[in-house]
Parts: sequence; C-alpha cells; structure tokens
Amino acid sequence: MAHVEATVSRPAGLRLRQWAASPRGGGLLALAVVIALLPLVLGNNYFYEIAILVALNAIVCVGLNLLIGYAGQISLGHAGFFALGGYGSAILSGSHGWPTWLAMPSSCAAVGVLAFVVGRPTLRLKGHYLAMATLGLGIIISIVLSTEDRITGGPDGMPVPPLALFGWSLRGEHTWYWIAGAGLLLAVWLALNLIESPVGRALRALHGSEIAAETVGIASARYKLKVFVLSAVFAAVAGALTAHYAGFITPSKASFMHSVELVIMVVFGGMASVFGAVVGAAILTTLPQLLTVLKDYEMMVFGAVLIATMVFFPQGVVPTLGRWLRRGSR
Amino acid sequence: MGSQWLQYVASGLTAGAIYALVALGFSIIYNASQAINFAQGEFVMIGGMTAVTLVGAGTPLAVAVPLAVLAAVAVGLLLEKVAIEPARKADTVTLIIITIGASLLLRGLAQLVWDKRVHSLPAFSGDRPLQLMGATVLPQSLWVLVGAALAVAGLSWFFGRTLFGKAMLATSYNPLAARLVGINTRTVLFVSFGLAAGLGALGGVLIAPIAFTSYDSGIMLGLKGFAAAMLGGLGSFGGAVLGGLLLGLAEGLGAGFVSSAYKDAIAFVIILAVLFFMPGGLLGARRSDRV
Repeated sequence: MAHVEATVSRPAGLRLRQWAASPRGGGLLALAVVIALLPLVLGNNYFYEIAILVALNAIVCVGLNLLIGYAGQISLGHAGFFALGGYGSAILSGSHGWPTWLAMPSSCAAVGVLAFVVGRPTLRLKGHYLAMATLGLGIIISIVLSTEDRITGGPDGMPVPPLALFGWSLRGEHTWYWIAGAGLLLAVWLALNLIESPVGRALRALHGSEIAAETVGIASARYKLKVFVLSAVFAAVAGALTAHYAGFITPSKASFMHSVELVIMVVFGGMASVFGAVVGAAILTTLPQLLTVLKDYEMMVFGAVLIATMVFFPQGVVPTLGRWLRRGSR
Repeated sequence: MGSQWLQYVASGLTAGAIYALVALGFSIIYNASQAINFAQGEFVMIGGMTAVTLVGAGTPLAVAVPLAVLAAVAVGLLLEKVAIEPARKADTVTLIIITIGASLLLRGLAQLVWDKRVHSLPAFSGDRPLQLMGATVLPQSLWVLVGAALAVAGLSWFFGRTLFGKAMLATSYNPLAARLVGINTRTVLFVSFGLAAGLGALGGVLIAPIAFTSYDSGIMLGLKGFAAAMLGGLGSFGGAVLGGLLLGLAEGLGAGFVSSAYKDAIAFVIILAVLFFMPGGLLGARRSDRV
C-alpha cells in the first residue's frame, strides 16, 4: 500500500522519466522512434511496401504472442481469423455498400465472437486442444472461402475497396506506412498494458503452476479465453487493414501454411516477449522478400529455422540475446 | 441406388484404411511423448515418392515397396535423433512446434530431391475394375484394405506379444513407472518415430496408384489422419482404426450425397465436433480432464 501512495505523490515529470526508463515505456518509446525515423532510409515504394507488411504482420504476432507466450496455448488457425477479418470487411463494404469505417470494426467483432464460440468449450479442456480446434477451424474457413465463389470470388479472390475516413480515401504507400505504424504502436501498447494488468499477472501465475494459480482463485480457462479472443481480433484487424491496403484478397491468406508462418514468427522472435514478436515478424517478413532467389528453398529454410530456434533458443531470439547482453554488462 | 451406396462405401473405406494407418502413427507418437507429430503426413509422402522413383528406375514393385517403407523409417528415426531427442525435456508446445518445422523441412527437401509435379505409381495388379454387387472396385482398393489389415494385425501382435511392444504400452500408461521398472523410455520414443514413419509410408505406397503423390500430398493426408485419430480417441489404437474407417466413410458418403466441394472439410468439422462434445474420442479415455 505504501508503495502505491509513493508512486501517486511523485511529480509528473519524474513519473514520465521513470516510465521511459522502464522496459515497458522504454521499449514503446524505442519502437516509436524506429517507426518515425525509418522513412529516412526507405528509398522507394518497394521498401515502404515491405515495411507496411512487416508492421501489419507484427500486429498479428503481438496478439499471437500473448496467446503462445502467456497463455501457453498455440493457435494453428490465426490465418483464418486474419482472412476472415479481411473478407468480412471487403464483402460488407464492397458488396453491401457499408462505409469502410463501419465494415472493418463489424467484421473484426464478428471474428472475436467466432473465436469466443470455438475457444470457450476447448479451453476448458486441459492440454493442447486449442491447437487442434484452431487447426480445424482455419482449414474450414479456407475451404469455405474458396468454395463460396458467389460471395468471395472463389480461389481467384475479390477486390477490396480502399479505406475511407471522413470522405478521404486512404491510398498510397506513404499514407499506409503511418496507418500501419500507428496500428502497430497501438497493438504493442495494448499488449504491454495487458501483461501488466491483473489478467497478465494471472496468466503468468498460470504459466508458473496452473494448480497453484487455481488454488488462489484464478479462473484459468476464463483468462485463456480472453487472451485467445483478443489475439483473434488482433489478427482480424491486421487482416482487414492488409486487405484494404492491397485492394485485393485471396483465400491463400487463410491457408494452413500462413497460420504456420505466423507461429514461426512468434516463436523465432521470442515467446512471452512482445518486442520479440515484432522482431520475429520483421525478420521473417523481410527475408523472403529480399531473398527471392531462394524462393525454392523458402520452405526448407523456414522449417530449419523453426527447428533450430526451438532446439537452441527455446526462448526465442530476442529474450536469449537480451539475457546475453545483461550477462555481458555485469 | 443400392449400388451407388456401395460405390461410395467402397471408395470411403479405401481412403479410410489409409487414414487409419496415418492415425495409428499419430497415436503411437502421442503415447510416447504426448506430442502431436505434424510431420506424420510427410512420412506418407516420402513413402509414395520413393516408391515412384524406385519403380521408375526399374526396381520391381515387390522390392520397391519395402525399400520405400524402410526409407521413411530411416527418415523418421533420423528426425527423432536430430530434432526431438535434443528437446526431449522441453514442454509439449515446443515439441509440437518442432514437428511443424520438421514437416516444412521435409516438404522443402522433397521439392528439391524430386520436383513439384504430380506422380503416379502403377497399380499393383492391373487397372481393370472388378464388379462387386453392382459397384466398380479398383483392384488397388483391395490391396489397400488387405495391406492395412495386415499392418494392423502385425501391430497388435507387436504390442500384445513382444516384450518391447509391451514396454511401449507401459510407457504410454505411465512414463515414470515405466522407467522405474527399467524401461528405457528414450528408446521407446526413438522406436515410436520409426514405427509411425513406417506405417505412414505404407499408407503412402498403397494409395499412390489411386490418389497420386507429390511433394505436398502429405499435408492433407496427415491432417485427415490426425482427425481420424481424434475421432477414435488420441492414443487409442483401436480408436485410430475405427476413426480412420469412419472418417473415410463419412467423406465417401458426404461427397456422394451432400457436396463434393466440401468433401475435404468433413474431417475438420469432425475435429471440432469431437472437441466440443466428446473430447476423449470414441474409444479414448473416458475421463477427459476439465480445468
């Protein structure tokens, strides 16, 4: 109690400085600086495009990382949520004439409801049943999207109207860079706050010992469900943004392979590390774009990276490097 | 009408026998490690592709089939040694992610070693269809059913009559107790991967003349085998066979009478239904731990 009062009575300037020095505030600040300064080195639209893709993928990974790293569950169907977010917004705004600012949140909320419906019964079971449920759901979504061609355009995909706000239509790489960057900052800020909140503390307790956590009254299933729904909504938002940015969406966005790629990004960057997820998304989105020569080896390299990460750095690259740095500075 | 039914049942059972073999592989590895081996479908692909290559090079079928199965067994054992063994102490999520990595790696390698085209193996005993009570049945379908039945019989002999088979069963019931009575659970895990790979490859070889094979043909077969294992009850061998046959039948009848476009979705709807309503599966543990 004394600790709380002491924090409250400190002057605002000191609190701000403390916030910036904490890993939470400092990291967020560093990310904002990177996003603000990156345009100085982005030569042309092609690099802007990659940066936008990185930021949008990173939003998915930040959400998925909460699920994998903090709730200890994997989802093999996040690509399904990603694609549904995009298709929902595209169909509502494109085929039904809804304004995009209404279509996008509606579609993402619907994905949240779907995640709730699937997560509620499966997360009550002990073990890794969520992985199986999301795997099944993701593939069903992908099959439905390719088959219902009158609504979705089938395997060829469908056009998506540009995002419009207050009568302004948002186009162009530069505009989208700032939209994606702001979205990523918001996602990271939300995730960091969640981790520090009672929900985050409960989740960390669960990770330590589920039985002990239950004994002190933590309803583990409820917290896992919250995080799962939140991560699905993150994926849907990123999916909708990606669709409106690209102006086109195909069912390949929902593929099992895409779900696996998202898991690889999180695991590679670092489970239970929000910034690890961002770094993982950045590296694994950029590499295939730059190394197009290696197109034929892409799958093999991804597989090898995944195995090597799990065997040699089970914590992921960012937390492992962080530990080395701390040990070195001592 | 009757013959139409029979036709769908015949094609359903053929696919179902393959799902059963793949599902057995999932259950064997699940019993030894509590992990789901997502590379199981790749063993099926390796079996099919190796057999195609060997036969293409002039090897007689009777030699090519066992060699293809052995090749997959070697890959399975190697995978366990290189990727699973070093992470043995890690938690289940880590193991599952490693097997996902292994499936990508094997698929990527197959794309390099072979190519991206679709291959076919000649049928074991000709292509002339047999007439069976009004339904047309490919002779290869009989090979599939007989081959799968023999594999299941061999497996039940192994688990019921041999010391090592019993040691594997003991490990699945309680790994700690198994270690206490002197069972080397590391060897059990090692052999499990070889056995699962062999079963998958056998399925891959048997189905290759009917369903074709390519570097990525393992994905769907693997996932459907997994659905079959879930349906029967993960870890139950009888359940794996039952689940495989039921899934095959559901697909055959569903494709015939409901919608062929949604044939591939049936397996995944079953996964969700099992999880929602009977998480233990048909023959799995009756108690499913609820949190």
